[in-house]
Amino acid sequence: MTTDPSGGAVFFGDPDSLRDPDYLVGPDPLDHLEGLGFPGPPPPGSVPGRRGGTAPRDTWGSDRGLDFTERELAFRAEARQWLADHSPGRLPSMDTPRGARAHREWERELAAARWSVVAWPEAFGGRDASLVEWVLFEEEYYRAGAPTRIAQNGISLLAPIVFAHGTPEQQQRILPRMADGTDVWAQAWSEPEAGSDLAGIRSRATRAEGGWILNGQKIWSSRAPFADFGFGLFRSDPDAERHRGLTYFLFPLDAPGVTVRPIAQLDGDPGFAEIFFDDVFVPDADVLGGVGDGWRVAMSTAGNERGLSLRSPGRFLAAADRLVDLWRGRGTDQPAATERVVDAWIGAQAYRYYTWDTVDRLRAGGDVGAHGSVNKLFWSQLDVDLHETALDLLGPEQELVGPWIDDYLFALGGPIYAGTNEIQRTIVAERLLQLPRGDERRPRTDREARA
Amino acid sequence: MRFALTDEQRAFADALDALLAAADVPAATRRWADGDPADGLHLWGRLADLGVTALGVPEEHGGLGGTPLDVAVALERLGYHGVPGPWIESVALAPALLADAAPEVLPELAKGTARVTCAALPWAPHALDADTATHVYLLTGGALSRARVDRPLRSVDPARALAPLTPEETIGTVDDRVVDQVALGTAAWLVGAGQRLLDDTVAYVTARRQFGRLIGEYQAVKHALADVRVGLDFARPLVGGAARSLGSAVTPEDASREVSAAKVLASDAAHRAARTALQLHGAIGYTREFDLSLWLLRVRALLGAWGTPAFHRARIAASLRGA
Repeated sequence: MTTDPSGGAVFFGDPDSLRDPDYLVGPDPLDHLEGLGFPGPPPPGSVPGRRGGTAPRDTWGSDRGLDFTERELAFRAEARQWLADHSPGRLPSMDTPRGARAHREWERELAAARWSVVAWPEAFGGRDASLVEWVLFEEEYYRAGAPTRIAQNGISLLAPIVFAHGTPEQQQRILPRMADGTDVWAQAWSEPEAGSDLAGIRSRATRAEGGWILNGQKIWSSRAPFADFGFGLFRSDPDAERHRGLTYFLFPLDAPGVTVRPIAQLDGDPGFAEIFFDDVFVPDADVLGGVGDGWRVAMSTAGNERGLSLRSPGRFLAAADRLVDLWRGRGTDQPAATERVVDAWIGAQAYRYYTWDTVDRLRAGGDVGAHGSVNKLFWSQLDVDLHETALDLLGPEQELVGPWIDDYLFALGGPIYAGTNEIQRTIVAERLLQLPRGDERRPRTDREARA
Repeated sequence: MRFALTDEQRAFADALDALLAAADVPAATRRWADGDPADGLHLWGRLADLGVTALGVPEEHGGLGGTPLDVAVALERLGYHGVPGPWIESVALAPALLADAAPEVLPELAKGTARVTCAALPWAPHALDADTATHVYLLTGGALSRARVDRPLRSVDPARALAPLTPEETIGTVDDRVVDQVALGTAAWLVGAGQRLLDDTVAYVTARRQFGRLIGEYQAVKHALADVRVGLDFARPLVGGAARSLGSAVTPEDASREVSAAKVLASDAAHRAARTALQLHGAIGYTREFDLSLWLLRVRALLGAWGTPAFHRARIAASLRGA
């Protein structure tokens, strides 16, 4: 998220998709958003920052071809120095009570130095950083081996919506406490019956005095076991067309009637939860955007997730450095392993240049749109390949629990969350290559099947 | 910060597209393959009039003094249109190759009256189109020689005449890193060729019907083409980034490593584009008479030209090992 010169929030969603309700048929926003709250980029596995050891040698290459301005380079130097002095390196998993506490402390430390939300306006704790500066900061964050952001869901998914659609009161109430880690937010999009079909959303909101009553169930809600608040869509008008009649609600996770049941992810930690709503009252003040306008509001961040927000190239450059370090340390001269290490390094380089190309396009007034799907297909595959290569280099030790296997298990989610890669390929084919939609693209919904 | 192409670069690419789209390049390529280079040489002259041959030549030698990125942008378009002739050697390599050893050739090169080809071990053991080139060189271990052509060899691409060379007079010493320029040019060309294969295949699957529907409606077809698009979209900025590194004061080791990365990724992307294009065209794509073959065979040839992917991966590995 960044701000444009006029002061409004700039989002990386595809404006066309907002005007095109048909876009919902097949690759729909819920599927893009499914599992959005995966823990965010894992911190460096083998190599903590200042407090834990030395970082691997940097193979990021020169950026002289990128032509940064003096101001941008000064910003980067300041961020690099601060992170080198303060990064605690890898913290315990944020999906444990101890880890969640440690991560909140780190958020407070970041916020105190105004590094937690650099692209936000200064009034909300940010630095008014430009898009270029923001991406540079993200690169530095990973270069320093700094911890995963427990605030990530809120910052990248909810905050842009609050900036764009929230009332001044909501902005004042929500944003500062998000910026300093006081309130951790969990996404609540998916439902057991709503995968690729928005019409499947069944959780409902019914009118009450001064607000709404929520009933239903959400699932795959990342962060929810240790978060304070949730945000998600509910069906407020059961008679409306599938993409209308949805409203975006905010709610405390300890509200009467809310039950959070943690679900262990592949790594064993409770990174997911089911959330059950049993006559939960939500005041009108916690409706975000207009009533019945939830789909459009939600869509304004879908491209964000697949595009730039979480997937800083720094993450892959840092991981490639660690892989190269592992490979050098193992002294392997197997050509096959070496080629895979090289390919992972090439992939990280390509990702970096692709990102800067995207940044330039955005600065010129373009948008990410369906290019976010190209992006997501690339990094999710790169992430898996890179970590599988590392595990193979580790030989029989690969099965031992440790940073590499942790990061590998995380990477395995990439092709699934934020819209499966199958959905992304369909978006690329139909929206970028203009291939025909045909009839087979959309299975019937349960509702249609019953009709 | 700036990474996108400039308006001038885009305009130049558009001008090349306009000229080449109207020029029936496939017919010229087929005649070139049959030993009749007249159409191809005419095309050479028209592209020279637009400034392509002058791009990489310094201004003091009558050129435009363009950057490696300018050259890459042009070669991507030539690759897209499948132009025949030793373009990559003449445009990307020759200016750096001859800067000290034979600067008298540069003005002719800029004007388009000289066509330069070169072999350099171990990158490219045979010279391309030495029979239609005006200047033929061999680069071995830093020594640059004029060379004579031995018995020609056949390439998988009939429009590429290849010849081993015998060195004659040595005319200077050249830093082997000049080969980075031509390896990068090849990468740019491959991105262009891959994009053409994708575009033509998209057009085909949106016209061809089977089992009562357009084959482009089938998910397996869509997903295969989406993967081609992803490969090309990520290769292109890497080629651009490497070109910027070559054109900046960046350390030569970093630039060489980026060039190798670009050649590997462009090769992978073009190879995927070619394999997918053939599969989705079916039998018509497996014929010489259909124009798709021009790009399929050119891509196959260029995968091994100016450093195979294995060669470039090994070069990156050596660099990372020592970093």
